[in-house]
Amino acid sequence: MLQAEVEETIKRIQSQKGVQGIIIVNAEGIPIKSTLDNSSTVQYAGNVHQLLMKARGVVRDIDPQNDLTFLRVRSKKNEIMIAPGKEITDLD
Amino acid sequence: MEIVYVYTKKHSEFGRQCNFSDRPAELHVDILPDISLAANFTVRDPCNVTIQCAEEMSEHEVNTERFESESRGINHVEGGWPKDLNPEDMEATIRYRKKVEKDEHYQNTIMQIAGLMEHCCKQNNATDIYREFFEDEDEEVLEESEEQPSAKTINVFRDPNEVKRTATSLSWHPEGNHKLAVAYSSLEFQRAPNDMSFDSYIWDIENPNKPEMTLRPVSPLVCLEYNPKDSHILVGGSYNGQIAYWDTRKGSQPVEMSTIEHSHRDPVYKVIWLQSKTGTDIFSASTDGQVLWWDIRKMSEPTERLVLDPSKKGNLDNALGVVSLEFETTMPTKFMVGTEQGLVVSCNRKAKTPAEKIVCTYSGHHGPIYALQRNPFFPKNFLTVADWTARIWSEDIKESSIMWTKYHMAHLLDGCWSPVRPSVFFTLKMDGTLDVWDILFKQNDPTLSLKVCDEAMCSIRVQDNGRFLGCGSQLGTTTLLEISAGLCTLQKNEKAMVSEMFERETKREKILEARHREMRLKERSRSEQSREDEGKETDGEESAEELVACAEREFFEIMEAEKKKERNEEKQRDKV
Repeated sequence: MLQAEVEETIKRIQSQKGVQGIIIVNAEGIPIKSTLDNSSTVQYAGNVHQLLMKARGVVRDIDPQNDLTFLRVRSKKNEIMIAPGKEITDLD
Repeated sequence: MEIVYVYTKKHSEFGRQCNFSDRPAELHVDILPDISLAANFTVRDPCNVTIQCAEEMSEHEVNTERFESESRGINHVEGGWPKDLNPEDMEATIRYRKKVEKDEHYQNTIMQIAGLMEHCCKQNNATDIYREFFEDEDEEVLEESEEQPSAKTINVFRDPNEVKRTATSLSWHPEGNHKLAVAYSSLEFQRAPNDMSFDSYIWDIENPNKPEMTLRPVSPLVCLEYNPKDSHILVGGSYNGQIAYWDTRKGSQPVEMSTIEHSHRDPVYKVIWLQSKTGTDIFSASTDGQVLWWDIRKMSEPTERLVLDPSKKGNLDNALGVVSLEFETTMPTKFMVGTEQGLVVSCNRKAKTPAEKIVCTYSGHHGPIYALQRNPFFPKNFLTVADWTARIWSEDIKESSIMWTKYHMAHLLDGCWSPVRPSVFFTLKMDGTLDVWDILFKQNDPTLSLKVCDEAMCSIRVQDNGRFLGCGSQLGTTTLLEISAGLCTLQKNEKAMVSEMFERETKREKILEARHREMRLKERSRSEQSREDEGKETDGEESAEELVACAEREFFEIMEAEKKKERNEEKQRDKV
């Protein structure tokens, strides 16, 4: 089942060297899965969601055919890596 | 003193309409000056008045309305939950989360972005991608890439005729380098089959299938040159000794040809355009021993003639056959010829008598000198390609070349300097190999040796940018090669280093020449002395044995001297 695969994948990434935690956030900003404590999760989820929206907006503003594939935020102490999922386009 | 004027109006007249009327002015009060008051004042003289010439400025104060600010923290609270869900309710949230996890779309998306994420994690772990590497190293070290010198074939132009002829001469179009004129002929004596075509072609580099233009001479062309000033005009020297010139705008037939009586009597091996105001002067050379100057507007007769007779008598029978010519536009009065006999003759065009035209000769080759060219950066040094070696000479040293390659296994048939790098030159061998020599890099062997084709390669021409070169083979195949950037970009200090090298070698040869002269003088004086002595002692008793012994002694002395000379040369070369 795909769900098992998903679990496995998440575990694999977590086991990589240097990874502190994983947070999966849905389109509304709700953290679905997280390996960190609740307060950090909420903090990250809230902030990252906005940043991602902004970054995506920037990329598409410059070239509408383009889309954001990955976002790395490098800081002195660590790095936040954000991978956006595909946007669902309503065909109504 | 009070001055008062009273206006009166009756009370019953209040409210009545005003009637204005004119009346003359009335004097009401007149105050006369009081002289006694003047005693209270004195006249001040002089008056001090200060004036300043400056901008008038004024100072104001403003106070804005206060802006109230306050520091506050934000407390992130979970949000985004669907309306009917209470975020405090643990069970509900967990249930919701589980529901989302079961969603197929969610799973697919996660798989996708997880892959991306893993890749980046691994990337991070592999190297620190944001660190500044190479910032300490010298910028130039990186640029000097260690790429191997290489050359690759860009295009091959084959002789379209059935009977293949040798591509004896190539000439690049003077502007743009996109056209190549190739002269085809068969240089083997009387080996040309009857149906051999006489045509030579102009190829467009982009199209190797069909030549762009055909030139139809009366006799096959041995050499062909574009006019560097006018790119439509070409001049060609043909196998029967005539010179002809073409205008590409006027078609395939030559515009004019030289008359047979006044032309050369042997194939014209080289024709070069001269630097002149009219741009129509050429000179040609052939193995019949003559160098002729022509003006292409009047091809019926050469303007000047020089017979290459080393005895300076102008005797055509003694003359040396000329196989190559050299002319440098920076030195318009001098030119050099390479002969069939292996001599390079330097001549002065502006000499008064024909005898003085031949200035000096350089000997050292064993066979015809197929190529002769001055170094474009150091005109005092020139390259000759003949027999099995290529030699570099200095104008001042006449006895031998200053640098030479080793004797190869195959004949060297053509060569030229690179127009952009003073230390690079190219040679072609009879086994179809192109050698690229870089004398700053390696002197014993070519820097790059490339087998271009299986048959002999007869002619080579480098483009002015030094990047592309065309070489023609015995079966008429012209190959266009591109050489790697390292071989056609000027290295730093290259000119200085090459000039140093040439000077060093020239000095060495000068020293050797001086020593030879000394030794020769000594030999001569010794042999003269011994002759005198012998003449005094053994007047008539010269028996055969003594003669033999004497001859043996002389022979061994000469051998010793030669061996010593060789040893000295080797020592000098090793030191270099």
